[in-house]
Amino acid sequence: MKCTVCRGPAVIDLRRHNANFCADHFLKFCRDQVVRAIDEHHMIEPGDRVLVAVSGGKDSLALWDLLLELGYDTEGMTIGLGIGDYSTASAEAAVAFAERRDLTLHGVDLRGDYDYDIPTASAVTSRVPCSSCGLSKRHLIDKAALDGDYDVVATGHNLDDEAAVLFGNVLHWHTEYLGRQQPTLVERVAPRHGGRRVFPRKVKPLVRLAERETAAYCVLRGIDYIVEECPMAEGNRHLRYKEALDAVEAASPGAKQAFYFGFLARAAARFAPDVDGAEAELRACARCGSPTTGDVCAFCRLLDQVAGHDPVPVELVRPRRGRRRTRTKARS
Amino acid sequence: MRVLLRNPRRELEVEGPLSVGKLLRQLDLNRESVLVVRGDTLVPGDAVLAADDVIEIRPVISGGALA
Repeated sequence: MKCTVCRGPAVIDLRRHNANFCADHFLKFCRDQVVRAIDEHHMIEPGDRVLVAVSGGKDSLALWDLLLELGYDTEGMTIGLGIGDYSTASAEAAVAFAERRDLTLHGVDLRGDYDYDIPTASAVTSRVPCSSCGLSKRHLIDKAALDGDYDVVATGHNLDDEAAVLFGNVLHWHTEYLGRQQPTLVERVAPRHGGRRVFPRKVKPLVRLAERETAAYCVLRGIDYIVEECPMAEGNRHLRYKEALDAVEAASPGAKQAFYFGFLARAAARFAPDVDGAEAELRACARCGSPTTGDVCAFCRLLDQVAGHDPVPVELVRPRRGRRRTRTKARS
Repeated sequence: MRVLLRNPRRELEVEGPLSVGKLLRQLDLNRESVLVVRGDTLVPGDAVLAADDVIEIRPVISGGALA
């Protein structure tokens, strides 16, 4: 197999592009795709300070590396989720990446800073772990970006992530979510917050790269990332959608990108939310001051429920058929 | 050849030589969902793996909560 560009020995074939690449031209392909995503979706302006959400997985580390390669002013942020060995290994990968390149990596630890962790939150709320995990990440990353006066938050969502979310949203016709599924979420200001910025701009520069490609990028760049899957995500709906789309992609290369980019080009605008109306409704959370439509924001309501409970081990709450629910008790 | 698989981590001995495509079919793996890694580089789908190769088949799907 030869590189489509230079005819040298190829290391990867991308059937969705009907192309093969040697290592150098594959890395260039990745950079080009990120440049195109940033330009097409007005993600990052010259001089912007970028906060990169870093998990220690392939996508976030590839993203940080690519943004550095492209010359952006970046700092990282990682969140200790308290998911046993998985969280420990994830943090080690993120810290090692930052230290090797002399980068600034900020850290928040759910147990140390907020007195809960994701397994415990899942057990106490009787909800899937990804629910409290996503809520916690969104709240803390937004807060860090606003507190640190960053212009933009960059996250490692890739083409497969976006296609799987789109698949789920279409399957259940979540029209409100379809309206928000954009590669760039513009920053939002709220009248009741004195016209201040209440949500930072959030961008997904990897939307033109499949996750096989972000993993390949890490291997070829020598980036050590955590390969193990989150033990709490096993068998979740998002993974099942990805497997279904991979089966379609195997039979029809390019189907995933046609699905997602076709949505952006021809359908997304039809679901655009009434942003002006929504912003007029936003008020400050009575506890933390974050924007919310109620009196208390979703993150503070989660804290009310879960903070202070004895830690629940991962093994007792990881998804498994037929497992009985774990009972928890609040510390006195 | 020695084949390292992940999630869960385990090792297999597979008779070689064998093409990457055939190995993935033999293990019932979707080529869109994995990378084949030898040393510090990738092995493309049409490459033939030698009997004494040590390779890793690395899954690329991740599915945790998105921020």
